[in-house]
Amino acid sequence: MQLDDLYRRVIMDHYKNPRNRGTMDNEAVTINLNNPTCGDRIQLQLQVEEGVVKDARFTGEGCSISMSSASMMTEAVKGKTFGEAQAMAEKFSALMKGEPAEFEEYEEIEALSGVNKFPARIKCATLAWNALRKGIEQQQ
Amino acid sequence: MNIQAIKEQFPILQQEVNGHPLVYLDSAASSQKPRSVIDAISRYYETDHSNVHRGVHTLGSRATEAYEGAREKVASFLNAAHPEEIVFTRGTTTALNLVASSYARSVCKEGDEIVITPMEHHSNLIPWQQAAKATGATLKYIPLQPDGSLSLADVEKTITPNTKVVSVTYVSNVLGVVNPIKEITAIAHRNGAVMVVDGAQSTAHLKIDVQDLDCDFYAFSGHKMCGPTGIGALYGKKSLLEKMEPIEYGGEMIDFVDLYESTWKDVPYRFEGGTPIIAGAVGLGAAIDFLQQIGLDEIDKHERRLAAYAYDKLTAMDGITVYGPSSNRVGLVTFNLGDIHPHDVATVLDSEGVAVRAGHHCCQPLMRWLNVSATARASFYLYNTEEDIDRLADALLKTKEFFGHAIG
Repeated sequence: MQLDDLYRRVIMDHYKNPRNRGTMDNEAVTINLNNPTCGDRIQLQLQVEEGVVKDARFTGEGCSISMSSASMMTEAVKGKTFGEAQAMAEKFSALMKGEPAEFEEYEEIEALSGVNKFPARIKCATLAWNALRKGIEQQQ
Repeated sequence: MNIQAIKEQFPILQQEVNGHPLVYLDSAASSQKPRSVIDAISRYYETDHSNVHRGVHTLGSRATEAYEGAREKVASFLNAAHPEEIVFTRGTTTALNLVASSYARSVCKEGDEIVITPMEHHSNLIPWQQAAKATGATLKYIPLQPDGSLSLADVEKTITPNTKVVSVTYVSNVLGVVNPIKEITAIAHRNGAVMVVDGAQSTAHLKIDVQDLDCDFYAFSGHKMCGPTGIGALYGKKSLLEKMEPIEYGGEMIDFVDLYESTWKDVPYRFEGGTPIIAGAVGLGAAIDFLQQIGLDEIDKHERRLAAYAYDKLTAMDGITVYGPSSNRVGLVTFNLGDIHPHDVATVLDSEGVAVRAGHHCCQPLMRWLNVSATARASFYLYNTEEDIDRLADALLKTKEFFGHAIG
């Protein structure tokens, strides 16, 4: 069990300096999601135009893994179509299962691959991505 | 009390986790099982198993004897007046739900009150929330003191002649505080209310005497007291149980069935529909034997010593917030380490072989009261030692160091 596999520098950087943290007041799609087993909470907002995610912001409370994952996801998803965003969410699931997955859209996400060795923490990493899936489903 | 000798009776504790000897500090969630309990369950399946009550054969009699023998053990363990006052359930949650669904819903009406506290576990909160909604009764909370304890003056103020049910946890699974159940029961009775005790966190650690407490209902789980999961019990005063309707129909609870009407067996059987968890009851009986051999008073003393040791050790560390009162606490210490999220703390501790809980501990209203989203919790039992707490403290120092570099 190597802690450095889990807590890579880039993850801690996103935790310390989260990107896209905040709320939007224009007509954004808002998704609230809890992880009831551990108390993590996320609110994800997506600004959507013609099936494209123009902007993404989040607020919430959680551990370094859940919050850095949200920070990375919001960076990655901006400018992507629903189809592309969904494909990324699929790839992220694969990453959590220990399968190799490349994120040419936003390579920093690959730093989360170590979470796969910490089964108790996979739910933390996937919270933001589940919010994204829910948001897209609501729009379709 | 020879802790090393006790520890050796727990096979699961003799292992390394992530390259370190396991320090198990999550017994408030579920305790580990001694060899004698594991063996009792195997032996039951190897030699005595059959369904209970119905079999007209030797194994049927043995299984029935084992199951009813366990009921007698539970009755004597809690000092209940009669074995019929013990209803086997899946655990504390089912037991509390049974009282809320059967007793409270039939007794409460609009204008009545149900009184609980903000420190309740979800299992002793939501059933009352739902019973209040269903009956029109008002759900009232006894406020907490700044340190998380209850004051009897507040109890007096909250319980009124309109109160029909008071339900309070004996020991908080977050704050470790021991509530003055006997005094609260007296106040409840003076106002004509029944007293329900959530014994999930007390039964493993304190000597329980339901007649001395004079509570009307008492709920607990086997798995937190060295027994198996899936078994627990509701103690209820016979006169009250006899007034209650079953909430599950079928199997052993049946007396006579006709096409449009049926009748039920006497208590406690009318609350035990279906084939019960017989091996679970046998395992619970063995756990009671194990605990009684050591002595609940001894266990209580040992755990209070551990809790005080841990409280002092952790409060002396820089950057740690410890929740709950400084005294009269058993079994556990809940804390946060600076700004580091408790999940992150728990992961680093786990990498050092130290198992603790992190999260809201099924007490979301209490987390809001503490003004945190989650906490870490180290909980102790009879197999834990001062060295285990030293290992926890060392691992916490490492956690601070690790995240000190990472977060800055």
